[in-house]
Amino acid sequence: MNTPVPLFQMEGVSKSYGGVRALEKAGLTVQAGRVHAILGENGAGKSTLIKIMSGVVAPDEGRMVFDGKEVTFPSPAAANRAGIACIFQELSLLPDLSVADNILISDPPKRFGLIDRKRQRALAEEALARAGAEDVHPLAPVKDLPLSRRQMVEIAKALMRKPRILILDEATSALTAADVTKVFAVIKRLRAEGLALLYISHRMHEIAELADDCSVFRNGRHVATYQAGTKSDADVVEMMIGREYSHVFPPKPAPASRETQPVIEVRNLSWTNRLKNISLAARPGEVVGLGGLDGQGQRELLLALFGVLKGLTGEVLVDGKKVEVTSPRQAKGKDIRMALIPEDRKTEGLMLPMSVGDNLSFAALSRFARGGVIDRTAERNRVAEMMKVLSVKSAGTDLPVGSLSGGNQQKVVIAKWLMIEPRIILLNDPTRGIDVGTKQEIYQLLRKLADGGAAVIFYSTDYDELIGCCDRVLVLYDGEVKRVLEGDQITERALIAGALNISTSEVSTGKGAGA
Amino acid sequence: MSDWRYKFGENKGTVIAVAIFVVMFAIYLFNHPAITDQGFTVTAVTNVVNTACNKGVVLALVAMAQTLVVVTAGIDLSVGMVFILCNCLASIIVIGSPVQTAVGVLGVLAIGAVCGAINGVIVIFGRLQPIVTTIATGAVYFGAALWLRPDPDVADAFNNDFAAAMMGQLPGGIPASLLGLVVIALVIWVPFRRSTIGRAAYAIGSSEVAAYMSGVPIRRAKFTAYTLSGLLSAMAGLYLTFTTASGEASLANGNTYTLYSIAAVVLGGVSLFGGSGSAIGAIFGAFAYRAIGDLLFDFDVEPLWQPLFQGIVLLLSVCVGAAQLVRVRNRLDLFG
Amino acid sequence: MTAEAAAVPSISLRTLMRRIDPAVAIAYACVVLLLLIGGLYNSNFLSGDYLLQQLKVASFLGIIATGMMIVILLGQIDLSVPWVVAVGGMMSASAAAWGPVGIALAIPFGIACGVFLGFLNGIGVAYLRIPSMIVTLAINAVAQGLMVVHTGGYSPQDSASGAMRFIATGETLFGIPNALIVWLIVGAVTVFLLNRTVFGRAVYAIGNRERAAYLSGISTQRVVMFAFAMSGGLSAFGGILLAGYASKAAQAMGDPYLLPSIAAVVLGGTSILGGRGSYYGTIAGVMLITLLQSILSVMQMPEAGRQVIYGIVIVVMMLVYGRGRRVTG
Repeated sequence: MNTPVPLFQMEGVSKSYGGVRALEKAGLTVQAGRVHAILGENGAGKSTLIKIMSGVVAPDEGRMVFDGKEVTFPSPAAANRAGIACIFQELSLLPDLSVADNILISDPPKRFGLIDRKRQRALAEEALARAGAEDVHPLAPVKDLPLSRRQMVEIAKALMRKPRILILDEATSALTAADVTKVFAVIKRLRAEGLALLYISHRMHEIAELADDCSVFRNGRHVATYQAGTKSDADVVEMMIGREYSHVFPPKPAPASRETQPVIEVRNLSWTNRLKNISLAARPGEVVGLGGLDGQGQRELLLALFGVLKGLTGEVLVDGKKVEVTSPRQAKGKDIRMALIPEDRKTEGLMLPMSVGDNLSFAALSRFARGGVIDRTAERNRVAEMMKVLSVKSAGTDLPVGSLSGGNQQKVVIAKWLMIEPRIILLNDPTRGIDVGTKQEIYQLLRKLADGGAAVIFYSTDYDELIGCCDRVLVLYDGEVKRVLEGDQITERALIAGALNISTSEVSTGKGAGA
Repeated sequence: MSDWRYKFGENKGTVIAVAIFVVMFAIYLFNHPAITDQGFTVTAVTNVVNTACNKGVVLALVAMAQTLVVVTAGIDLSVGMVFILCNCLASIIVIGSPVQTAVGVLGVLAIGAVCGAINGVIVIFGRLQPIVTTIATGAVYFGAALWLRPDPDVADAFNNDFAAAMMGQLPGGIPASLLGLVVIALVIWVPFRRSTIGRAAYAIGSSEVAAYMSGVPIRRAKFTAYTLSGLLSAMAGLYLTFTTASGEASLANGNTYTLYSIAAVVLGGVSLFGGSGSAIGAIFGAFAYRAIGDLLFDFDVEPLWQPLFQGIVLLLSVCVGAAQLVRVRNRLDLFG
Repeated sequence: MTAEAAAVPSISLRTLMRRIDPAVAIAYACVVLLLLIGGLYNSNFLSGDYLLQQLKVASFLGIIATGMMIVILLGQIDLSVPWVVAVGGMMSASAAAWGPVGIALAIPFGIACGVFLGFLNGIGVAYLRIPSMIVTLAINAVAQGLMVVHTGGYSPQDSASGAMRFIATGETLFGIPNALIVWLIVGAVTVFLLNRTVFGRAVYAIGNRERAAYLSGISTQRVVMFAFAMSGGLSAFGGILLAGYASKAAQAMGDPYLLPSIAAVVLGGTSILGGRGSYYGTIAGVMLITLLQSILSVMQMPEAGRQVIYGIVIVVMMLVYGRGRRVTG
């Protein structure tokens, strides 16, 4: 790094969300005419970093210098004007409008005060060509384009703003191999034109091909920046691991015998292009983990088992008998007794304005009801019992559940499902954003449930949890199970290598204590 | 070239509405008693067309008003009431000399625009749902209409010459009302559609979140849409006054026009979820909806059947959109 | 048994206390205020006869607003009220003209017609996922079309049956109007349904977050469909009472009930976005609207002014409640 004047510099930037530190005194230096890759596992602070750079969130402290001047971005529009454009994973396109309308939405060419469609079209064509998407027709409505084409339009839209820094956040994850090649050509050309590119990806081979510089983040801290090609994959994984934990996990019992019949077994489950031939089995007493980076099909897998997805192929067996679950109502029914602790407790797990008691008993209401009429005494007793078992801290069961802390809310979601005495428990990242104490309680609870004969399928973005809690971990990558780790094989190194889809042999040369 | 394919795709709803209208109107025309009796003469045809236009233009204008709001994924249940209010107002102030008449017309248009603007302000700044807001403001506007015209009344001093000119035929048998409609569409709709604000309105209807992220002027676009909607309803009220030369604060009429405006919008290929469709489609939707009613007249079906027939057409056309549910793969998507 | 019977009112009272909502309190305060203003204007406003008469008139709106409330609790709306009310009145009156069997079945037949139309609404909203305001408008149009064809466009000549007149205009106990007793029964059943049954709990849950209710294993679509069917049935029942009150059904007899029924529910503190609200609030809303109407007409306020006041009161109260909700939610 001998280029003297950096285009963009960030120093001592911190950001917390409700007491959780997402970014801690992080720094980053970006040079013009170079591709800078950002690496880090889930929750390392990558997305917070780019949100701050693109004006989506404001940092708590720290300063940013752009082109020699100190800057602050109160809104995405401000960052855009300054010359930073970001292509987010969540698409910001308007589905009903044409490609040309989308590309020039914020600043269309005008004639007599009205949009000049001819020039707009010419400009859009130019932008599409720059983005390497000449095949996209500028008059096509965005909703008719496949996902990969939309992503290309998104890139063209960002280029239209003539940015000096372009941030690509997992921009290739939805693309086909042919498109990836095109995007790479575009990126290389933009680099030659003098743009600074920030590239976030979990695909190591892409980074190897593109990046000039790499920065590794861990636990919200900037760990190291190095010139691409100076470190081996093993070194990189080594830098990414080593999160600090103070968790105590309950001991795992001896693994269930192979002969025991699985409570739930999945064979070659596929759904659209998001799940590919997934097979797994969970026996009574087992905690099966799902690993991998976020968004590799884990959420879809759990929803598929719970009867939410349509058009599944493959088989699901419960107690060795083939079942076809088509609704959550059927899933929780007395034949299957499956529970799903969903991803977002605020929109999927709870009715926030309703009382703690009403939320707790909601999934199991039919157990307290005769002919549709709720036996309030039975309900109250059971609710009180659950509050005690899970030690939910609330001033009363009459309060709205939204008034509880995040950890206690999550306990309510779990308790709500324990009320149906489930035999199969699916958990979708249940400890995200909650305090350490509650996390410990949840680990204990999981193990207790498993010991009671339930089969637990547990998706977590926190590798340490997978290591501490699970008897077996399936690592998903792009909708496929890429690796199955069992017992002592479940190490942070193996999990990260699996998540990045690089072979273990490359990593096994690395040294140092795992978790 | 393939441009045409996309241009057709963008205007598919409008094209279908035009097609439905042409078929309906052709059947209507050829079976009309005036034509079957007198033969297919120019006079007979232009007379039938003129009558149909005068009847259709009012609904077409209300449907255009509804389109502007529906495009932003809202709904305006007060269009019928603004329409009635402006009808009553016009029957009182569109009087006397040409200058007085002109002032009266401007006054009616201004009041309509203000009604629309009030809806817009409440929806934008009060962040209330458009449906309840416009039900409530509709009551207010209807109250105002009742206050102006407690009893249905023929406007004594109404400028009938002006009205006759607006409803008559131009040289060549072209209905003046049709020309008026074309001018209104060219002066209001086309510039709106082609402006940044109009595109912003479509963007909001398509996805308000993405529109915000793209830095679209959301408030200005919504305000413009609601205000223009009020203005167009006022024009419809004026036209009604030209036809009847009287003002009547009729609750049933107001409700009917609100309902028909939604029907016309649906038939005109405008998505009720916002973001797509055109007022031109809604105009043809309105004429088609009128023609459906008039068809029954040709075939001597009792006029009693007309509301039922129209209701069923409306019900079927709103159900058509449900076909896309078959494509939903993730049931959670149903819950938005 | 006696303990059980005693427990019911105490629980209802407890729920009332627990769910006491500033909006409901404001609504009741407004009722009292209106009575005081009326009393100052004319002391007859505070007489027992006048109040009972008002409660009788309120019963019709109250029954219609009950169905509207359940639908609004789901976060939906029912705009088919006007002609479903007319369907109830007209079909029961027609049935009453079919001889003794018709007279006996007039009321259930009218209700059944309303339930059927409500089911169609529910299917459109729950299964076809069409926005409720559109489906219910379309069903309203169809119902209107059917009734116009059925009656020939004139006010039907069929008279209401004796039973219809009896429950709408008669008095049994201590001069309490039968209509009021009917409303009390409908209200008690609704309170029970909303607070004590799985269905009621599901209605609130769906109104809060249909996703979460679905993922909790509730057949949300079925609940929505039944709620619309109930609303249709109650609207039709309201129409039957109105027909009994006037001795016959009339064209457009339901038109004056759409706006007041929505207004009563909203003024009673039920959130128009769904999921929050108590039936006690709706009762207050219904009384508020009825008294407002009555006082304005006694004061000889013309219909025009009444409409304007309605509209403004609804917008203002919604702005107040709406803001409150956003701050807490």
